[in-house]
Amino acid sequence: MQQWRVATRAEEETRLLGRSLGKAAPAGMVVLLNGPLGAGKTCFAQGVAYGLGVAEQTPVTSPTYALMNIHQGRVPLYHFDLYRLSRVDDLEDLGYDEYAEGQGLTLVEWADRMGEPLGSSLVVTISSSGENDRQIEFTAVDPAGRQLLSEVKSTWEAARSAENL
Amino acid sequence: MLLLCIESSCDETAAAVVRDGREVLSNIIASQVDVHARFGGVVPEIASRKHVEAISLVVREALTAAGTSLDQIEGIGVTRGPGLIGALLVGLSTARALAWARQLPLAAIHHMEGHILAPLLETELEFPFLALAVSGGHTHLYRVDGIGQYTTLGQTRDDASGEAYDKVAKLLGLGYPGGAKIDQLAAEGDPTAISFPRPMLHKPGFEFSFSGIKSAVNRYVEQQSEPVTGTHLADLAASFQAAVVDVLTAKTVAAAKAEGLSRIVVAGGVACNRGLRERFAQLAEKHALQVVFPSPSLCGDNAAMLGVPADYYLSSGQASGGDVNAVASWPLDTVGSGAL
Repeated sequence: MQQWRVATRAEEETRLLGRSLGKAAPAGMVVLLNGPLGAGKTCFAQGVAYGLGVAEQTPVTSPTYALMNIHQGRVPLYHFDLYRLSRVDDLEDLGYDEYAEGQGLTLVEWADRMGEPLGSSLVVTISSSGENDRQIEFTAVDPAGRQLLSEVKSTWEAARSAENL
Repeated sequence: MLLLCIESSCDETAAAVVRDGREVLSNIIASQVDVHARFGGVVPEIASRKHVEAISLVVREALTAAGTSLDQIEGIGVTRGPGLIGALLVGLSTARALAWARQLPLAAIHHMEGHILAPLLETELEFPFLALAVSGGHTHLYRVDGIGQYTTLGQTRDDASGEAYDKVAKLLGLGYPGGAKIDQLAAEGDPTAISFPRPMLHKPGFEFSFSGIKSAVNRYVEQQSEPVTGTHLADLAASFQAAVVDVLTAKTVAAAKAEGLSRIVVAGGVACNRGLRERFAQLAEKHALQVVFPSPSLCGDNAAMLGVPADYYLSSGQASGGDVNAVASWPLDTVGSGAL
């Protein structure tokens, strides 16, 4: 599977989708998270964190100013936000490569600001189609991304059917 | 004690000389025009490399401006965290090296501890008090029972208030610094013109959320058939500011009442906001509260603010070890307990 599109109708649902990704994500993977202001990237990232096992009461906030936050789950979550950056050189100063090549899950908001593509396995793009409606598109970039994408899809479908019970 | 203080946790490279934790003799921030012109207009920002370029110059400038030298300095205060490790290490390594070379005691301080104690550089303030820390990276409510005694009462669940200001300013095409531009425009607009949500306002507890207000402004702008300009823009800015200020002030006053506190400190970059200051002044009168704001030069990131806790810790014999390391995440509640 290369691509998958899902529609969510509420913030909670977007977070639940993120949770499916967090549950399925293996260590050492880079996931890019794109979408305009207010699309719900941080909301999705919160789900990823909790799905990854970060304690539920931990606030998972926007790393725009801090540039990155680290949360401890079953593997560490390196939550980057490149909104304030514009050059790939800035990433070097952040020590980005060490994190991206490490044993955590690297989740990068606003990676599309860098001007050149960042290496990743999966790209998630969120777009707004109404006040609370969102279209979320997953694109697998490599075999590991394809594997993760099919697991996200089955985790999501299981979570959805569990909710409907 | 005469202390040299150093801060490099985020964008600013800063150094200051502070006497007895109360008197600011110098307060130098690298992004200030006079210093930054010397290195060719390069704005020291996120990059650790930029901190490295600025740190020696800023330290020297702080000593010169204070009319002192390292020979007179009796101790060093430095930000240990939270922040970017690469950025923190520049200030911390400099502080450690100076402390070692000069055999001076070192106090490694929590960045937010500096912010919420900053008013003590200008005014007498008794403990306990409530602190609202508002900046690009923070929107936190703390109970402060003394230096080193902090309890987090609530914080943002998503965006910090300053971040919401900057992002809204950007989507309105207002440029940087966004908070100041919106504040300025808001003074000319009608705060009741557009109804934006006040997230968390009616929920119990002291958590904040600003992502929803930002999204609502974004949707509003997208729905307009023409660009928002003139009076319309001023009304939008005023309405957005009213939503943010409503939530910040209402939660803060509620927290003060719940905790039985009559003194409130509002600190951090957003504490410069005039709309926020005015509303707090009104509420202070109405609810018989004392609300204290630092001067604008002590609101944003600076090193002088570290002088208050650093002087206290060093004067009471609580110096950090020479091998103290930087910490990216550090809950303020654990400060003073020796735990990390």
